[in-house]
Amino acid sequence: MLVNQFLILAAVLFCIGVYGVIARRNAVMVLMSIELILNSVNINFLAFALRNGSIDGHVFALYIIAVAAAEVGVGLALVLLVYRNRKSIALDELSEMKG
Amino acid sequence: MVAQNIAFGIIAAIMVVGALRVVTVNNVVHAALWLVLVLAGAAAQYVLLTAEFVAVTQVLVYIGAVMVLFLFGTMLTRAQLGKEKKLNNTTWYLGIPASLLLLGVMIMALTSSFGNEKLPTNTELVSTQEISDQIFGPYLLPFWALSFVLLAAVIGAIVLARKD
Repeated sequence: MLVNQFLILAAVLFCIGVYGVIARRNAVMVLMSIELILNSVNINFLAFALRNGSIDGHVFALYIIAVAAAEVGVGLALVLLVYRNRKSIALDELSEMKG
Repeated sequence: MVAQNIAFGIIAAIMVVGALRVVTVNNVVHAALWLVLVLAGAAAQYVLLTAEFVAVTQVLVYIGAVMVLFLFGTMLTRAQLGKEKKLNNTTWYLGIPASLLLLGVMIMALTSSFGNEKLPTNTELVSTQEISDQIFGPYLLPFWALSFVLLAAVIGAIVLARKD
């Protein structure tokens, strides 16, 4: 197995996630795209852990999984709050902070 | 080696198709279910990368907990679970050149720096004991910080979402 096949798979997933963040209007869909991005980073970490023969990549991958879980929890609570106040979670309608 | 490459190809194809469906499908619940496919494929790739513990954690945390959160979030923020027309921004097409440009730059950088470098083949599986020795040894301080992040996230989610 080449190093690059994992790294390029991660790059493809990352770019699909970036497209999702740009294109989606629904806040829950944007959070899903962010999950795609975080997973591609994890694949990179584990590929480099195997390439360098070290365990640090595994530790960081576990930390990323934990941070992603925390992020989804807070993010969905925020989405719920926005929905309760506005009856909509369309991100382009949230423009009150524009000044 | 050949078997691993074939497995990688099949799983990678499934993951890319699933990821594309996540960002293009017009139904939030279907997108969440496609995301399950991508996350399961990522867990399989972790097994190929000799990271069994991370793969099991991925299945437990992502497919177990995060997906339930997503489905709850979807069901709490939408009246009906059918198709929705306006899931995309009006300028969604601008994401295509942006992400393709990013992909091109990344693939160029990766091929020029790693080329045909092979992964080592005779490595042993990383045992859970080694990972925990790392977490509770040199990486103890980030572990504490992470514990506080999780605590703050739990309290914050409760404070934000409760009705008063």
